[in-house]
Amino acid sequence: MAHITRGFKGRPRREADASSIPPGQYVVSDFPVLSAGPTPRTALDAWTFAIDGAVDTPASWSWQELLALPQETFTVDVHCVTKWTKLDTTWTGVSVDALLDGLETEADFVTAWSDGGYTTNLPLEDLTGGRAWVVHRFGGEPLEPEHGGPARLLVPHLYLWKSAKWVRGLTLTLEDEPGFWEAAGYHNRGDPWREQRYWND
Amino acid sequence: MREVVAETGRARTIVLEVRGWPGHVAGQHLDLRLTAEDGYQAQRSYSIASAPEDEVIALTVERIDDGEVSPFLVDEVRAGDELEVRGPVGGYFTWRVRDGGPLLLLAGGSGVVPLMAMLRHRAARNSTVDTRLLVSARSAVDLLYRGELRSLADGRGLALHETLTREQPVGWTGFARRMDAEMLMEVGPPALARPRVFVCGPTAFVERGADLLVGLGHAPAAIRAERFGPTGG
Repeated sequence: MAHITRGFKGRPRREADASSIPPGQYVVSDFPVLSAGPTPRTALDAWTFAIDGAVDTPASWSWQELLALPQETFTVDVHCVTKWTKLDTTWTGVSVDALLDGLETEADFVTAWSDGGYTTNLPLEDLTGGRAWVVHRFGGEPLEPEHGGPARLLVPHLYLWKSAKWVRGLTLTLEDEPGFWEAAGYHNRGDPWREQRYWND
Repeated sequence: MREVVAETGRARTIVLEVRGWPGHVAGQHLDLRLTAEDGYQAQRSYSIASAPEDEVIALTVERIDDGEVSPFLVDEVRAGDELEVRGPVGGYFTWRVRDGGPLLLLAGGSGVVPLMAMLRHRAARNSTVDTRLLVSARSAVDLLYRGELRSLADGRGLALHETLTREQPVGWTGFARRMDAEMLMEVGPPALARPRVFVCGPTAFVERGADLLVGLGHAPAAIRAERFGPTGG
């Protein structure tokens, strides 16, 4: 049993809470913004999304081409490593499965990269099977730059730092290459249900 | 917990002796985990206010009125209490004297806390690197560490600038408005000097500060940000 903190009571608890959110998280009703530097701002007519690296044929889409792909609107909970969880967030975007469709690769890993220099790494497997999207709308509105607009990666089953804001491409790699936060003390995979926050978790 | 120190009407510094603390770098934070009697747990992160050179760990916590944790830390905890901590955490929003300067530090409200660790570290190392701190707060009673910042700014390369955005005391000689480009130009240094920039505070403050600096020619990569959400607490 953990050390009891004298005098700490916490918020009134509802039975439902504990099981629906990952360990160590608390639910927020706003939408905090955290990033390491200034917010990049890219004009849509200059924007492209690429899939490159260890693929036979690299692919790329302009903004209009991305919007012309089949779109999905879906609702998920998101979990930030800084402990906040936001329930029932609604996004619209393109499934990464659709973007990868038809591409041949032997790569097991991906580095997602963004305007402003941010990167994050994931196993390719975590981006497939309907578990990841490139999203451009949040709550029915165009995604704001503060929250990663015009488009960000969304991988809700992992901590939100893996959902690279301002994403511009996925580079498939044969080796796993730690990205920005992974090289700065955070966990390589970031599963919130196993509370994989930091490198020594 | 070794002692608690009142900072302002809403904020308090908690001084901890942490068994087995591995040391930290200025700018890092730690995680506190609180456990209620029924086993319920809450975790929050707090920036470390103390220099790496200190033997104790200081956290300055500001009370968020309907927060779950900060009212407990500001109103309830007392010397002799024990808290579960984990850390240090954070490998990017950090500064060591050997990283060099010049330094430009922008603090919104309690965002001054991790920057204070940097300034205390700078002082502990007797560094005179060109450092400029701009602190923004609503009113004079919200300014943290005023006395200490004044004494640190006494010669030795640290320039202190304050702006009070809502109300100013009689005889106030600092800025009296929200941070803007003109203020940042006055605080300096110019982009040409390629300062290392650290901006910390509520998201709106950080967004504004970072955007203004990019607009003044600072390289985005030179600007490191730490945003305190107005959430949780």
